Amino acid sequence: MSTKLNTGFFNKKILFQAAKESVIKLNPALQIKNPVIFIVAIGSVLTTIIVFSGIFRGSFSSFNLQIAVWLWFTVLFANFAEAVAEGRGKAQAESLRRNRTQTMARRIVGKQEVSVNATELKKGDIVRCRAGEVIPSDGEVIEGIASVDESAITGESAPVIRESGGDRSAVTGGTKVISDWILICITMETGNTFIDRMIALVEGAKRQKTPNEIALLMLLSGLTIIFLLVVVTLPAFFGYCLAASGLPMSQNLTIPVLIALLVCLIPTTIGGLLSAIGISGMDRLIQRNVIATSGRAIEAAGDVDVLLLDKTGTITLGNRMATDFIPVEGVKVEELANAAQLSSLSDETPEGRSIVILAKEKFNIRGREVHQLNATFIPFTAQSRMSGVDLKTDDNIIHRIRKGSSEAIRTFIQNNNGFYPQEIQDIVSELARQGATPLVVAEDNKVMGVIHLKDIVKGGIKHRFAELRKMGIKTIMITGDNPLTAAAIAAEAGVDDFMAEARPEDKLRRIRDEQAKGHLVGMIGDGTNDAPALAQADVGLAMNTGTQAAREAGNMVDLDSNPTKLIEVVEVGKQLLMTRGSLTTFSIANDVAKYFAIIPAIALSLYSGENGSGPLSALNIMNLASPQSAILSAVIFNAVIIVLLIPLALKGVRYKPVSASTALTRNLLIFGLGGIIAPFIGIKLIDILINL
Amino acid sequence: MTAQELIQVLLFFGVLICMTPLLGNYMYKVFSGEKHFMSYVLGWLEKLTYKFSGIQADEESNWKSYTFGLLLFNFIGFVFLFLMQRIQSFLPLNPAHLPNVSWQLSFNTAISFMTNTNWQSYAGETTLSYFVQMTGLAVQNFVSAASGIAVLLALVRGLSRKTTEKIGNFWTDLTRTTVYILLPLSVLFAIVLVGQGVVQNFKPYESIHTLSGAQQIIPMGPAASQIAIKQLGTNGGGFFNANSAHPFENPTPFSNFLEMLFLLLIPAALTYTYGKMVGSIRQGWTIFSVMLILLIAGLCISLYAEYSANPVFGHLRLMEGKETRFGIVNSVLWSTSTTAASNGSVNAMQDSLTPIAGMIAMINLMLGEIIFGGVGSGLYGMVVFIIITVFIAGLMVGRTPEYLGKKIEAFEVQMAIIAILLPNVVIQLFSAWASVSSFGLSGLNNAGPHGLSEILYAYSSAAGNNGSAFAGLNANTVFYNLTLGFGMLIGRFGVIIPVMAIAGSMGTKKTTPMSAGTFRTDNGLFIGLLIAVILIIGGLTHFPAISLGPLVEHLLMNAGMTF
Repeated sequence: MSTKLNTGFFNKKILFQAAKESVIKLNPALQIKNPVIFIVAIGSVLTTIIVFSGIFRGSFSSFNLQIAVWLWFTVLFANFAEAVAEGRGKAQAESLRRNRTQTMARRIVGKQEVSVNATELKKGDIVRCRAGEVIPSDGEVIEGIASVDESAITGESAPVIRESGGDRSAVTGGTKVISDWILICITMETGNTFIDRMIALVEGAKRQKTPNEIALLMLLSGLTIIFLLVVVTLPAFFGYCLAASGLPMSQNLTIPVLIALLVCLIPTTIGGLLSAIGISGMDRLIQRNVIATSGRAIEAAGDVDVLLLDKTGTITLGNRMATDFIPVEGVKVEELANAAQLSSLSDETPEGRSIVILAKEKFNIRGREVHQLNATFIPFTAQSRMSGVDLKTDDNIIHRIRKGSSEAIRTFIQNNNGFYPQEIQDIVSELARQGATPLVVAEDNKVMGVIHLKDIVKGGIKHRFAELRKMGIKTIMITGDNPLTAAAIAAEAGVDDFMAEARPEDKLRRIRDEQAKGHLVGMIGDGTNDAPALAQADVGLAMNTGTQAAREAGNMVDLDSNPTKLIEVVEVGKQLLMTRGSLTTFSIANDVAKYFAIIPAIALSLYSGENGSGPLSALNIMNLASPQSAILSAVIFNAVIIVLLIPLALKGVRYKPVSASTALTRNLLIFGLGGIIAPFIGIKLIDILINL
Repeated sequence: MTAQELIQVLLFFGVLICMTPLLGNYMYKVFSGEKHFMSYVLGWLEKLTYKFSGIQADEESNWKSYTFGLLLFNFIGFVFLFLMQRIQSFLPLNPAHLPNVSWQLSFNTAISFMTNTNWQSYAGETTLSYFVQMTGLAVQNFVSAASGIAVLLALVRGLSRKTTEKIGNFWTDLTRTTVYILLPLSVLFAIVLVGQGVVQNFKPYESIHTLSGAQQIIPMGPAASQIAIKQLGTNGGGFFNANSAHPFENPTPFSNFLEMLFLLLIPAALTYTYGKMVGSIRQGWTIFSVMLILLIAGLCISLYAEYSANPVFGHLRLMEGKETRFGIVNSVLWSTSTTAASNGSVNAMQDSLTPIAGMIAMINLMLGEIIFGGVGSGLYGMVVFIIITVFIAGLMVGRTPEYLGKKIEAFEVQMAIIAILLPNVVIQLFSAWASVSSFGLSGLNNAGPHGLSEILYAYSSAAGNNGSAFAGLNANTVFYNLTLGFGMLIGRFGVIIPVMAIAGSMGTKKTTPMSAGTFRTDNGLFIGLLIAVILIIGGLTHFPAISLGPLVEHLLMNAGMTF
């Protein structure tokens, strides 16, 4: 999905649609949701009325008209920002809808299949899906195995396996069975399926204001009321001054000027961009193929300071790899490698393959065909706990080569009346201590040596954890390994802490402990037994490949099922909050310059005496041409800055994994100091332009 | 400015800084109920108070009942003080035979002292008897100060405790503050003042013949005991009309130095106590630094304005209305300190400051009395600004903003913004009303921008619970007594109630442990940030009014016009 739709912000279609939307959004019922911009809208209406009533009375004021026009633009620009942000989600929702065609389902009633409309399915119904059919609704596979094309939701065209039992049993309505057949127990009714919810989320239809957004809106409304007070009381003070300077009361401030001042002072910039920032946060997650069930979850992701990470897949590559052959005394390393390679030729496990690769790389032992060797492959079983080959030589003697855990091989050797040397025992315990898995290789009654199987820590993950530490986030590795192995891998990967021999209930307990200490915990999971922990975590990222239970319990779903994604999710959350804070700071800092533009302009005539230029013109440090152009420039700047900041609001401020203090210093310099300086330059430039 | 004057200013701040941890540490022990040396001396009084009033000292309550206790206590104080003034002529200790006070003045004065404002629409020696001054005003001087500290204590407990509704016992906090802090310090200070020549007696006013042969009445009374608490409790209500410009209130340079120092002492020391109570003394010093920087910046600007060449009178310093005995520096240091701390006592007339120095005094008031501010109230007002600062800037580090490990969410922001908004409503609306209505304008003694400054100053003083006046304004009218009275009420409880709500809500929250991702509130960057937010949000809202008042007056003065 993301691959298809990642077409950038300024897709013409989206912009055109957004322009239309921004007019539709003038509807007061929609406008009132944003109190700051609502005030501007009221101001625009008032000013417009004044302009028109002026025309009817025969006194047209082009200044008032210009103010009215720019006030309307301020409102439209704010609406436009929101519409652009929503537009991208709408485009995504549309493509999702296209995949959700009317489907028929084969419901199992007794022993018969009844063809029903997918919309009639109820929770608990059982349906059969065959190759080429679309799965009618979300459910759990209860029988069979099939490959399913899930590109409708993941954008990934390679089919995935769905089978009953285990952790890969969830199927999503709207995806397509490619081969075989499955029996599905429906868990969601139409209208509430995963795709339905995704559509609602990306469209923003179900978007509710997040807690932090509400708090910020509270602050912005408070500031708006304070500035409203300032502006409402100003004519009284001004009237006093007029009387004191011996000027007529008719020179008191006009309503359009007061509205202009008000609109410049209230935080319109952040007020206009606030919802765009929130929507784009959701959007950035979707671009990373993560679906959050609420905006609240994204915010929580920014707050997370403890991450529980599964070792396998997140910290280490999925599988162990052979990295070394260690022969016993009297055996050449080539002989060991040869035996190891033979025993693994037919071993399709990743470990087995890695042994073959290592033998080839190190000793140039090439692959041989098993049947040419007259060999029989002995697969791994839970009982024998070893695998290998039986080689029949030309003189009909059978050589048995085995590899397996040290206990299994010891039994094997002893059964063949061989000798199991102490030396092997020492190597085995040494390797285990290093966090590796030793595999012992034996031929008939003789121990050949040990294969060093190692967990390979993902490249760059140590650096990633160091970055997280800098951001104040603690990483905890979860593994089923024994404490010795776990400690070694934890040290190599650079995690802060680890949980060895962890069971799902241990995860849940650990999350509760951390939360009790005041931490916010993020975790990933896929299995049904992860569900309680996913639900308990502040950010629970479920794998799309996981079970339905896990997907329900988490508050985010990763469509790529990539466990490293959790780190990116945290970054998106942080970036969202940073963008909000930075633009708020910018918006408030802007007020300084606007005061210096407007106050000298409106107070020019006070105590002026003969020359018409009163003492307060000393505050006109920007040297703006005239009172009218000063006020107009401030209003224009105020409107235009919203449009200029839309890209920033949508992309988010630049994010780097640094400590809070560094991030703060950087953002303060750009948005705080910049917020004070920028409008001085902007207003001056606009003033020059409109006086050309 | 001479070298001597500079040394005095440096000595003043040096002593203030040194006293902060000493007194702060002592107050920490008192508030946390630890044993300290005074518990051996006055422990009996604390226990007796509990026994007499039936207080269970260790029984803590939630924020609502804590606030209810505080409001009830203050209301009773108001009623007593109001009635006492109305029947003053029937009460003892009234040698000057002063008549009963009018209802509107009694209303204004009762609210004024109950809210720790000490705005005085009256002249002490010609209006109130010794009895009312001692048992009415002085008692409120103590308990209004203790009430402010109690609110602060509740807030600190809310910030430092985890997941509890209990934020302390109002009655215990009130008693401990009064018995162990205000009382001993006042006694000590009063004795020193008497030593310096401040009067303390019940004699009737003396009538003497001056050298020029005229007859003059010299007012007497128990002044020293009241002046001590007036300075310590950031009350500021003078025993005499001239306040600390009166030689019987402030006789010597030494008493002047001490009175200035004591006016800032408890608010300054409370920052240290605060740091200790929240578990990080650095946090306390950070707040102290912000307050000190703002105070010194204001002082420098004021001194610069006072010492600048004056186009109207040439290069002479303007001495009219200043403290002529102690000089310009002492006048300005006092005026800046008294407006920064919500004290309001004066040793010179604010009305006579140069426009810029007057503007600084006014800005100190308008910022909400948080530069040291009133005892307790200055610090909890500052915490309100900290919450706003942390909320705006804290987002920039990419986490839900938190202060001292407590997440700042919609409720706290809402309450903080109400606490900032309400005093602003008083300043803006009432000043606007006064500047257009005939009853407002009739009180003015000066024309032009200076008159507007007088009005603005009066309501800022009321809203900030400061109590100093720009003088020049005849405020003993029904209009001013009532509007200022309500202004003081809103300025006091319009902040206290939201702050208590914040305390209650913070207490129930979990505390997030510190990490590298935490927004730090105890370093130089935060000091700068907090100052910027205070000036932009607290100050900038008043920029239009200030430019039409003192700023334009300053510009006109430079053009050779005065008012």
